[in-house]
Amino acid sequence: MRVELENLSKAWDGVVGADRITLDIADGEFVAFLGPSGCGKTTTLLMVAGIYKPSGGTIKFDGHVVNEVAPKDRGIGMVFQSYALYPHMTVFGNISYPLRIQKVNKTEIKERVQKVADMMGIGDLLDRKIVQLSGGQQQRVSLGRALVKEPQLLLFDEPLSNLDARLRLTMRGEIKRLQEEMGITAIYVTHDQVEAMTMADRIAVMSGGVLQAYDVPTDLYEHPKTQFVAGFVGNPPMNFFDVEIVAMDGEFRAKSGSIDLALPRDRAEKAAAAGKDKLIMGVRPEDIYLVDDAEPAAPGRTLTAAIEVVEPLGREDLLGVTVNDVEMRVLVDKTKGAAVGDNVDLVFDMSSVQFFDPETEQSVLWT
Amino acid sequence: MTEKQLSATEQLMEQEADSLARAAIGAPKQPRSSLGRRVRSTVSAYGFLLPAIALVITFFIIPGILLIILSFTNLSSANFTEPWEFIGFANFERLFTDPFFPKILRNTVFYVFTTLIFFNLGLALVLALVTTNIPRRRGFFFRLVWLLPRLTPSVVYILMWKRIGSADPFGIYNQFMPEVLGASGGNLFLGGAPWAFVILTNGFVGASFGMIIFTSALMSIPEDLITAAKVDGASTWRIIRDIKLPLIKWPLLFIATYQTLSLLTSFEYILLLTEGGPGLFTTEVWALTAYKRAFSSYFGNSQWAFGATWAIVLVAVALVMAVLYVKIFKFNELVEEPRIENL
Ligand SMILES: Nc1ncnc2c1ncn2[C@@H]1O[C@H](COP(=O)(O)OP(=O)(O)O)[C@@H](O)[C@H]1O
Ligand SMILES: [Mg+2]
Repeated sequence: MRVELENLSKAWDGVVGADRITLDIADGEFVAFLGPSGCGKTTTLLMVAGIYKPSGGTIKFDGHVVNEVAPKDRGIGMVFQSYALYPHMTVFGNISYPLRIQKVNKTEIKERVQKVADMMGIGDLLDRKIVQLSGGQQQRVSLGRALVKEPQLLLFDEPLSNLDARLRLTMRGEIKRLQEEMGITAIYVTHDQVEAMTMADRIAVMSGGVLQAYDVPTDLYEHPKTQFVAGFVGNPPMNFFDVEIVAMDGEFRAKSGSIDLALPRDRAEKAAAAGKDKLIMGVRPEDIYLVDDAEPAAPGRTLTAAIEVVEPLGREDLLGVTVNDVEMRVLVDKTKGAAVGDNVDLVFDMSSVQFFDPETEQSVLWT
Repeated sequence: MTEKQLSATEQLMEQEADSLARAAIGAPKQPRSSLGRRVRSTVSAYGFLLPAIALVITFFIIPGILLIILSFTNLSSANFTEPWEFIGFANFERLFTDPFFPKILRNTVFYVFTTLIFFNLGLALVLALVTTNIPRRRGFFFRLVWLLPRLTPSVVYILMWKRIGSADPFGIYNQFMPEVLGASGGNLFLGGAPWAFVILTNGFVGASFGMIIFTSALMSIPEDLITAAKVDGASTWRIIRDIKLPLIKWPLLFIATYQTLSLLTSFEYILLLTEGGPGLFTTEVWALTAYKRAFSSYFGNSQWAFGATWAIVLVAVALVMAVLYVKIFKFNELVEEPRIENL
């Protein structure tokens, strides 16, 4: 099913939940709503579901405005973070509930519930009570209940946030596979950018009720259109510095206090063309390296830093360093054996550097 | 407080002070035999329970026993200057062969279950469902209004109802409503509709208790469940029937049990409103009979022993009902089974 949101807004006397959200979702597409807690993801999703009445704007399914259509007539299935299973019913009772309401006949209900339950790997748990299930099993039941009525649009509200990290990984793949196999359009709300990046065809990044960006994952990562998107997408987050762009000897440099880095020509020219005295420069932690044999010091791209914090992440170490008084995060291979207190040389890969207008926080590279 | 309890408390405080002092100077804890410790903790546990036990014994067990003893005697205001006599089961025989016993029993059953079903449960549930489905503050306001009768002194409350139902030139109903609803023009609670008045007066007060309990139970149902049911296609009515009611099963059963027992023993509104009339025993219920026999019998004779007999039999009935409710409603099964963590 094709979904179009046009200037969709929701406010409760003064409190803005969603502010003029406009986006379209193609048939069979998997779209993630990504943003920090309280940014309006659930509000938008509940308007699509028909639970909240929009304060403004329209929702279209396959070209038809559905603003006034009741949730039950929208052809949707929904999965919640809390699972929202009916605790007084068995697994069978839960999955069959939408069909029982539609008065589907008993034998068909049995068949369809069994089929969905088998697909979810809970076919032998149908007689269990909900309290007898683990969190992962409960989430499968809830997914089964959403799928059993063969919806045309699946809505997920942080469905994996209550599961442990391992299970989250498994379920992530499973949900994606199911959605692809069944070809159902899906909206997936999450505050976890890894989930959004790995699962979604396109990601709608939201902040303060406003849609910040709507793009495929790699574009969000490589061509962030706002400073918020640049900072939110990517883990650990991007480093930001206030810099001036200076042209010297036919070369562009980003300067600010102790920072002085040579810039690649294409980006620097665009940045300079913005005509601002100051810009915000963004460099990802993974684009900064410790100088060694593999990464030799490069003239104009090397700075000396003091290591303040070392956070071992397993394969990598996340370093908190200061270059004189400027703080930044650096992601390095753990075999480098970085230790707190060391003074090290850092080499910057400037080929993916970002620039933002400090007033509008918009990218000066991508529009 | 009793001496025993005082000493137990003192002991405990001494121990506390002792261990605090030792901790302060870093001294090791005094080794103590585990038997001694167990005895001490048992003693202090009972020490703390004692006030409650004393209250129950003084105000429930002892009066209960006295009442039972009393019900086997002939004590009344006519002969209380002489020593009382034990007369066996004579009082009980008299009770069950009383010509009005069947009528009083029928009245009591009718009164208890009509009020319970239509008001203490039914209206309470409707009020809870409605006030939780409108904006919060408005719901709160309406619940507050429904609590007013409960906060009004019984006598004042019944006087207001009497003013509503009085005979023609005085009664509010008779002044304004006859054209709309049709009425006798006479006194309603002592003529036209005594039972309606008895049940309304009790029901309006009784409903507020269930309303409060049901409201808090309904408000504790997670919003996600209701959203899920709406997405699943459930109408408002089906959400109430399939989701809300099953999830407030425990409070419903609790209110049913509790209110049955409290209605069985309540009589003050009936006493104030109709005194069991009009006529003979029209609205007289068991608890009212017990009261009248014991304290306000005709011919100025308070038949304390006979009244006690009515009360004792009523308590026995209430106990049996309580046990039945617990068995029928399977209260013990309401405890959730433990979660099995696997996968
Ligand atoms: N029913 C409501 N009444 C008033 N404000 C609400 C309501 N639901 C959400 N909000 C507000 O709308 C904003 C967005 O909330 P929500 O959509 O739940 O955020 P998210 O799901 O992204 O964490 C928050 O500021 C929240 O307080
Ligand atoms: Mg949310």
